[in-house]
Amino acid sequence: MNQPVNPADIHKAIVEQQKIQDRKKLMVNGVLLLLLLAAPFVMYPVFLMKILCFALFAVAFNLLFGFTGLLSFGHAAFLATGGYTTGYLLSNFSGLTTEMGIIAGTAMATLLGLAFALLSIRRQGIYFAMVTLALAQLVFFFFVQSEFTGGEDGMHGIPRGELFGLINLEDNLNMYYFVLVVFIACYLLVQRIVGSPYGQILKAIKQNEPRAVSLGYNVDRYKILAFVISAALAGLAGSMKSVVFQLASLNDAHWHMSGEVILMTLVGGMGTLLGPVVGATFVVNIEYLLSQGPLRDWVDPILGGTFVLTVLAFRSGIVGEIQKFIKKNLG
Amino acid sequence: MSMVFGVPLAVLSGQLMIGIINGAFYALLSLGLAVIFGLLKIINFAHGAMYMLGALVTVVLFDLLSVNYWVALFVAPVLVGAFGLLIEYFLLRRIAGQDHIYSLLLTFGAALIIQGVLTNIYGVSGLRYSMPDMFKGGINLGFMFLPYYRAWVIVVALLVCFGTWFIIEKTKLGSYLRAGTEDSQLMQGFGINAPLLVSLTYGFGVMLAAFAGVLAAPIYSITPVMGSNILIVVFAVVVIGGMGSIGGAIITGILMGVIEGLTKTFYPPASSAVIFLVMVVVLMIRPTGLFGKEA
Amino acid sequence: MINMKKSFLAMILSAVIVSDAQAEISDDIVKIGYLADMSGTYRDLVGPNGLAALEMAVDDFGGKVGMADIQIVSADDRNSPDVASSTVRRWLENEDVDMVAGFVASSVSLAAIEVIKENNKLGIVSGSIASSITNEHCSPNHIHYVYDTYPLAVGTARAVVEEGGESWFILTVDYSGGHELEAAVSSVVEASGGEVIKTLRHPFPTPDFSSFILQAQASGADVVALANTGADAINAINTAGEFGLTQSGQKLAALLLFLTEVHSLGVETAQGIQLTTGWYWDMNPEARAWADRFFEKTGVRPTMVHAGIYSSTIHYLNAVEATGSDDSQIVRTQMINTPINDMFATNGRIRQDGRMVYDMYLAQVKTPEESQGEWDLYKIVRTIPAEEAFRPLSNSVCPLVTDNR
Repeated sequence: MNQPVNPADIHKAIVEQQKIQDRKKLMVNGVLLLLLLAAPFVMYPVFLMKILCFALFAVAFNLLFGFTGLLSFGHAAFLATGGYTTGYLLSNFSGLTTEMGIIAGTAMATLLGLAFALLSIRRQGIYFAMVTLALAQLVFFFFVQSEFTGGEDGMHGIPRGELFGLINLEDNLNMYYFVLVVFIACYLLVQRIVGSPYGQILKAIKQNEPRAVSLGYNVDRYKILAFVISAALAGLAGSMKSVVFQLASLNDAHWHMSGEVILMTLVGGMGTLLGPVVGATFVVNIEYLLSQGPLRDWVDPILGGTFVLTVLAFRSGIVGEIQKFIKKNLG
Repeated sequence: MSMVFGVPLAVLSGQLMIGIINGAFYALLSLGLAVIFGLLKIINFAHGAMYMLGALVTVVLFDLLSVNYWVALFVAPVLVGAFGLLIEYFLLRRIAGQDHIYSLLLTFGAALIIQGVLTNIYGVSGLRYSMPDMFKGGINLGFMFLPYYRAWVIVVALLVCFGTWFIIEKTKLGSYLRAGTEDSQLMQGFGINAPLLVSLTYGFGVMLAAFAGVLAAPIYSITPVMGSNILIVVFAVVVIGGMGSIGGAIITGILMGVIEGLTKTFYPPASSAVIFLVMVVVLMIRPTGLFGKEA
Repeated sequence: MINMKKSFLAMILSAVIVSDAQAEISDDIVKIGYLADMSGTYRDLVGPNGLAALEMAVDDFGGKVGMADIQIVSADDRNSPDVASSTVRRWLENEDVDMVAGFVASSVSLAAIEVIKENNKLGIVSGSIASSITNEHCSPNHIHYVYDTYPLAVGTARAVVEEGGESWFILTVDYSGGHELEAAVSSVVEASGGEVIKTLRHPFPTPDFSSFILQAQASGADVVALANTGADAINAINTAGEFGLTQSGQKLAALLLFLTEVHSLGVETAQGIQLTTGWYWDMNPEARAWADRFFEKTGVRPTMVHAGIYSSTIHYLNAVEATGSDDSQIVRTQMINTPINDMFATNGRIRQDGRMVYDMYLAQVKTPEESQGEWDLYKIVRTIPAEEAFRPLSNSVCPLVTDNR
């Protein structure tokens, strides 16, 4: 204990450890990537794409909720706006290539996100959640009233078209790899944001907003930016979903959808990068498997039970609890 | 006939009356939510389910034991209130001191369970509950036909609202409640059982929801999902009034009933969306609602 | 999930086989998928009891068509087009499902029939209201079996106008199904010499109808028509009773009311209401006999949708048996060529556009004095002949019809 310690050694050790950790992370990510690449040969591609779309939706939501501490109860509005815009454009303008439709959908969601953010960012806690809910309800009303959405019937037969006018997306494998690439790009983007100085400021705001203000940060601007990025990614998820399923419906705009993404994030582990992905996979699978099996009539109570159990026993979610476990026992 | 914006005055008066009746009903439902949030800081998303239970228990008591309306008016809220105590004891107590958001998620999950289980038992087409004989019929007010039962709803809802407000804001019991839920250790020091106080307060809020459910039983289709449809509206009312402000919830409830009623006259399709528009506007101007304390 | 690769291969193989020799039952199994709302708004109308009706049909067939086993898979669509589309896609592409039955929410049906068409399989829609299913959305791969907006409007509206209900106030649920019903009713009313003086659209769902009922009273219309269903219709009818709508001389017409809803309302409240139905459990001895068996199985009386699911499944299985094939086109042609006369339908036949046309009925809810029991709810007032009840092919925009004109 009393041996003199060379600071340089400590530094070396830390760097060494960091390297090992990085390598581990790289390996884990590599394995995950391989699994994702191989998945459509083992599992049903459309189902995988559904998971990826919802995972992206949850990742987007988590950027706001998990990393910035803002609970939006209106994220369904962005999912639906992305989906409807893309669906409308691709159905009505045959000259558009798929990615143009998706970009336009994302852009619309981004704009809507900016409007939401400007109107709600000053509200605190539950009031923030409620303003976003109210705004999303107004958006829902707009979609119900608009002719182009097909109202309750929904928008059907959206053509998948060709990516860059070259790659035929009617083919499920092509579609899957496109969705996968977009998903990974977004995931890495969020990872980058969270790790950046900007991400650190977001975390600081989450932990203690007054302190962040007193440190001289223009907190509102950071929050607005986080909100807009989150809305854009949620819109992108909706756009891709409408292309994958070739339909867009009011279900995406309903407040239950805003509740579902909270469930996904919470179950997976809010404030972790992988959490929402795991959560979305879990929830989509549970809903899907249950609705086929003998417990078919019990999906809602089981989802409710998952909510209750998560809040009571696993507040950090699946990924959060695993991380805790690893930290406690292995590190 | 004189007209207002193309609507005959008589029709408009009738719509205002209906608005006030519905408003009183909203006030009653919002009241329980405001009590629970104001005193306990719990965001009770199970409030709609409790309202539904009030109506359902009324029907079941009648079908099984022929319990009449007047008895149900007391028994059903007590039974549902007792159920609320269980939820508080087994679920909510475990997350005391955590962020409010967790209470929202927890009660939302509990509501899903309650509704889902009851849907599998009672279906969704609606249970029937006959109007008590003495309330059949109504009076002609000249501008509208007012059913006796609606008149009864407005009277009793306003009485209960005022009574609750009076007890919490103006009596010694109320001051204990407010103090005990705010600083439990202090109250323990005075020999008052604070956790019990919390349970009872939650139970009371739930009773108010169930009471509204009993009132709804003779006039609305009783299904396990009847609460989830109205929950969001009631939440909006409480938020506009200022979360936790009991007087605010009552006044806003009536106000929203009237605004909704007017929308139903002038632009019916928007009648469910208008409350959210009001909410956005109010929160723009007053970030903590009409009667909320500044954060 | 693990067997997907295998079944993918099987799919390719079966595709090869089918294109080679079509008059054959693929892999010696006739597989029927049942997709419906099992837990939401439409649960009682179709839901688990619709599955029971389907199972009755399969059991009555002895569980086999010729040598081939009949299998049933089922799922809750959660009223979500996403869920419907992905479930049906997996059934058709990976699990060799030959026919999908059930369907309630129009959004779900429209999503599913796209997928069914893409895979060249067969869908039989029993619970949906949208008449567009066999009009602008028609395809050679599905059949719409029970009701749609057209007969509902024709049956009720024409009868009510003939009885002297000339001016109409229509209270419509603000959704596409409601709009379609409203449009159909308006044109029938006007064609029959009546007049629609006001239409009013209410949000879905609306918890309290007093404001709308008051406006209906103030309108002075002879007839107040409800173009809504489920809890909305129940609440509207209850409130109309409470506010004395019919006492003041106005007539209430419900355009889409199911047996389960009338049962929920009770004859005390619902008495005298006229409605159009495709079937009623007590309308003739065959229907009653089947309804008794259904009651034994489920404890409730069947709606027209439940009966339609049974009847259409039997009709389908008969066609498979007769042709010895489960190829969608062969079976559908056989189904079209065979008239339907059973416990469900009289004078029934399936048209080229996929619409099953048959005699519909104008029913009136019994009074408490007339009603002998909990489910003794309707008396049939008149029969609406098949030719009159459904949209004539001359008005169709379905390419299957217009291309052959």
